[in-house]
Parts: sequence; structure tokens; C-alpha cells
Amino acid sequence: MALRAHGLTKRYGSHNTLVRAVDEVDLEAPTGQTLAIMGASGCGKSTLLHLLGGLQRPTDGQVWLGENRVDTMSERALARLRRDDVGFVFQSFHLMDELTAVENIELAALLAGRSPGRARKRALYLLDRVGLADRAMHLPSALSGGQRQRVAIARALSNEPLVVLADEPTGNLDTAATLEVLRLFDELHAAGQTLVVVTHDARIAAVADRVIAMRDGAFADDNRLVGTVYDGRR
Amino acid sequence: MLAKEPAYGYDLRARMREALGPLGDAMNAGQIYVALARLAKAGLVTSEHDEGLPDRPDRRVYALTPAGQQRVAGWLTEVSWPKPDLAEFHLKLVAAAAGRLADPVSLVDAQRREVLRRVRDAQRAALDRSVDPVAGLLLEGVVLRLRADLEWLEACERTWASRAGHAES
Repeated sequence: MALRAHGLTKRYGSHNTLVRAVDEVDLEAPTGQTLAIMGASGCGKSTLLHLLGGLQRPTDGQVWLGENRVDTMSERALARLRRDDVGFVFQSFHLMDELTAVENIELAALLAGRSPGRARKRALYLLDRVGLADRAMHLPSALSGGQRQRVAIARALSNEPLVVLADEPTGNLDTAATLEVLRLFDELHAAGQTLVVVTHDARIAAVADRVIAMRDGAFADDNRLVGTVYDGRR
Repeated sequence: MLAKEPAYGYDLRARMREALGPLGDAMNAGQIYVALARLAKAGLVTSEHDEGLPDRPDRRVYALTPAGQQRVAGWLTEVSWPKPDLAEFHLKLVAAAAGRLADPVSLVDAQRREVLRRVRDAQRAALDRSVDPVAGLLLEGVVLRLRADLEWLEACERTWASRAGHAES
């Protein structure tokens, strides 16, 4: 199991203003699976992703990434986990504007302590893998939205993470660019990468093993929807 | 497909399949001849069989009659737009709630699963790099419509879930 959560809860405020952003969610993402969590904006899916990736601490419940329990980790261990074991992909890419495509990707490997030579080699390999070998020296501003997101995905893969967590990865993309990102996810899936995507874009269903609907911080009716395994493709 | 030039049935079938892309795979071989027979009966299509070949439907060359050509011209300028029948599903929810026959939200969930399955199939077909861009347009249209349906189902869910909440409190 790449990623596991039990009774995961995040509350904000108190008494009258209490908001349960995530409400006792149980989740298991087996290694190599692509899991999509769908819901309207405000249903808590982004918060859930932050809890899973150690970006936020839960109010209650537990998270395991591989063998490591995430929710009780020290800040220091958490930072290392986010760097080495989790790859994040965001709606608005979050690339460094002043770094080229290849530099954006190798930065993650350099921070993890790889030698400059190895980091560059890995970054170039990943750029080739996302179909952008000829864009290595371009700044993000010279790339289309779809290309930027592919660079961001390559960056997420830089340290061979246990799991890639993506938050609305196609939210800022047109149809053609969305198609490219979905194809890339499909290739990652075929290569055995574990992927958790939160989105309101139903097109993710094309590449997901499972689609879970989320409503008001909880998985909407576990019996019906958590069991909805769209595994017809394999 | 016939407006281009007279053709054998199997040529027409090949043209249809090419135009429809992956969605054309569901078309069965006999369908085209059933349609041609119906058009012939209506006087829109005529056919003659090739000399020296056995007289079977797949050996006949089909062509538009003048009436058929007129019908094609009319069809091109029509602006009718088939609409999905939302009213029936809407009434299903109203009836389920009014008669306490079923939970409307669970009906919405079931419907969403079905629509999502269709989105998955169409989008999966569109991911195939070998799909011709023109046929891909049709898939894109199918997916866009289904996404609109999902959005509407989301709105249904919100309204019916909040009504259930009011009824309980």
C-alpha cells in the first residue's frame, strides 16, 4: 500500500463556526494505482490532498506513506518526506519563472543532495519522458500551459516519489493540453507510478482505476462510491 | 456519404466508419443496407446492379435521386439540435421524493456513475493518438455534453441533499 489514511479529519474554527473540511476519511491507495477524488469546489478535496502529502496536519486520524506514519512526524522529518517521497502537481504549475525547464526539474534533485551532474542527467531524462526534450533551455514564460504542466509533472517525478499528488492538474488547461496531461498520467500509470488526483474534471476518469466522489468533507456514501472501481481498462 | 458520388454499400460503410472514428465501431454491417432500403422506398436513393456480378445488396451501386439531393441540401441548412431528455430524470427525482419511493440523492449518485462511465469510455477513446483529428472532434463533443450533464447532476445533488437536510431537522 503506497498511501493509507484512517479517520482523517481536519476541522477549522470552533462551536458555531466549526467547519469540518475533511470528515473522517478512510483511504487506501495501493501501489501503482491511479485514484481520482472528485467533488465540487469547497468539498474538502484540496485539504484532503494537503493532509495526505504532509502539507497540513490533521485534527484527527492517521496517514501512512509507505511504512511511515506522516501525521505524527517532526517538522524536519516532514520536510524530508515532502521532498523525497511525495511529488506535488498543482493547478497553476508553481514553476520558478527565472529558471529554465531543466533547471526547474533538477532543483528538486539538487535539494535532495544529488550531484549536479546526476541531477542534470535525471532532469533531461524526465524532460524527454514528458515529451519536452527540445524545450530544456526554455523559461516557463516561453512554454504553453500544457508544456508548463508537463514540466511540473517531470519535477514531481524528480526524486522517484512513492506517490504523486495532483490538485486540479488540468484546471488551467485547454482541451488539447488536457489530452496531453491525461496521456502522460496514463504512461506514468503504466510504468507503475502511484497517483492521487483531486479534481472536478470528470475526464480524469479516463485514466483512473478508481473514482471516488467527495461531498462535504467526506467520501459520499462509501458503500456506493468508494466501491465504484472503474477497472474495465485492465 | 452518398452526396459525394454513387457508391457500393460497403464503400458507404467505410466512409461512415472513418467519419465516426472509434464511435463507428459499434455500427453493424447490415445497418447501412437497412437504411439504404428505407431511403430507396422513400424515393431518395436509387440503385442498379453492376453487370457481370451477382445481384446482391453489396454488389449494387447506390446513388441519390434528385429528390435525395434536395433532401441533403435541406438537411445541411437545418438547425435542429437534438436535446438530451433531462425532464424525465428530473421527474424521476420529484416522484421519488414526493412518494418517498427512493432517496433522490442516491438516484443522482447512480446516474452520475453511469455518466462518468460514458465520459471515461469517450475520453479513453480520445486519448488514442491514432484517432483522426476530425473523428476526435466528435469524441470531444460527446465528452463536453457529458460534462455538462455531470454539472447538472451536481446541482441536483445540492438541491435534493439540502431538502433532505431540512426534512430531517
